[in-house]
Amino acid sequence: MIELTGVEKSFGDNHVLRGIDLTVERGTSLVVIGGSGTGKSVLLKCILGLIPPDRGVITVDGQDVATGDRDAFLARFGMLFQGSALFDSLPVWQNVAFRLLRGALRRPRGEAREIAIEKLRRVGLGAEVADRLPGELSGGMQKRVGLARAIAADPPIIFFDEPTAGLDPILARVINDLIREIVVDMKATAITITHDMGSVRAIADRVAMLHGGRLRWTGTRAEMDDTADPYVTQFIHGSATGPIETLR
Amino acid sequence: MRAIGRATLALLAVIGQLAIFTGQTLSHLVRPPLYPREIGAALFQIGWSSLPVVGLTALFTGGALALQIYAGGARFSAEAVVPQIVAIGMVRELGPVLVGLMIAARVTSSIAAEIATMKVTEQIDALVTLSTDPMKYLTLPRVLAATLAMPVLVGVGDLIGILGGYLVGTGRLGFNPTTYIRNTMDFLEFHDVLSSLVKGAVFGFIAALIGCWYGMTSGRGAMGVGRATKGAVVAAAVLILAANFLLTEAFFST
Repeated sequence: MIELTGVEKSFGDNHVLRGIDLTVERGTSLVVIGGSGTGKSVLLKCILGLIPPDRGVITVDGQDVATGDRDAFLARFGMLFQGSALFDSLPVWQNVAFRLLRGALRRPRGEAREIAIEKLRRVGLGAEVADRLPGELSGGMQKRVGLARAIAADPPIIFFDEPTAGLDPILARVINDLIREIVVDMKATAITITHDMGSVRAIADRVAMLHGGRLRWTGTRAEMDDTADPYVTQFIHGSATGPIETLR
Repeated sequence: MRAIGRATLALLAVIGQLAIFTGQTLSHLVRPPLYPREIGAALFQIGWSSLPVVGLTALFTGGALALQIYAGGARFSAEAVVPQIVAIGMVRELGPVLVGLMIAARVTSSIAAEIATMKVTEQIDALVTLSTDPMKYLTLPRVLAATLAMPVLVGVGDLIGILGGYLVGTGRLGFNPTTYIRNTMDFLEFHDVLSSLVKGAVFGFIAALIGCWYGMTSGRGAMGVGRATKGAVVAAAVLILAANFLLTEAFFST
């Protein structure tokens, strides 16, 4: 279970998170929605400990993010980054098996490669891409490799940061379905950040909306469709008029 | 006055941050794991791949130095000192400094741009989430490789620079080949060579460390990468020249 209590984060005068209280139960897929610059990515990075919050407490299965064995803590996570964040100089299989080639989860090289190829197959890529460099792949294939890397060590918690950004609608649907399938199969706890309502409908058990650095609304996917909250309805309908200010 | 104070404080803050960065980098030397593959790849990139540019720079500089010394020496009938001055000039000063500056241009820029791009594209964050310390995985291998490779590059540069002087001296200026070599060998001392290699190691350390520092602290976007790269090259070049003065003072002050 992931628990955030009173989490605040500012960058200079920019108050990005203003007292976030949030609980994500084990095995739940939570999708966080909200406009650009509302602090969604910062929230994820605070949970991972990449950015220390100014105030508040974050615990994962009871362990405070700020204390304890960092490697053991991070070994519980897999993350798909917005731009995939693959390492350009390493072939695809070494990107996927990165965690398995070093550190506490280290495996023999041959075994790590086999696992990488198995994970590539899991996300719909053949073994023929294993020795190619990330730069030789299309955006959609890179996303799949990023997904394979996120699940390579079978982590119990997976984060997805804008998993469909930059993809065409068909490919976005494929990636959304794949994420749902993987999260259900692995019984993983998942947090996804997205603007894409297709992702919300495909992936979410629960939805949370961030606005102005605060948690504006939380509920199930079904509750989201029925809510009268004007911020949520404006966002899910993509309306230019409503309480959410837009630049015109 | 206030502006001077502000600039001084900002400079001190940067020096402090750089000192902490240096300490963190060195501390990873004694904290396993080391990444031998990364160190090997960095040695290849920084050492082996820099040989052509180092060789060409040294060759032309050695040749030009021979011509200058001959022309200058002719003013007071001292043309015969060309072999000795080329050797001393290359080994004590021009070899390490020119190789250092070429490495600052070639290696510092490439390290800064690569790491800054990794930062912008969240690859550094990805490393952390994969339980890998970026200082250990990116910074230490590059700094270690540059510190080890530079003395070799400087040694090669010194030799090729002397060869450039020899080719011009014997081919254009009419020196006897055997006498040229003997004069070169007789005049050089172990102390000269040692100073050259030590300078190389220090310049390599500076070049890689500054590249990593600017990369790790770069701003966002293409502009951030560009600024990091430019800043790294300028800072490394200035620091190498400053370190050269201090090392020359330490080795040769009487």
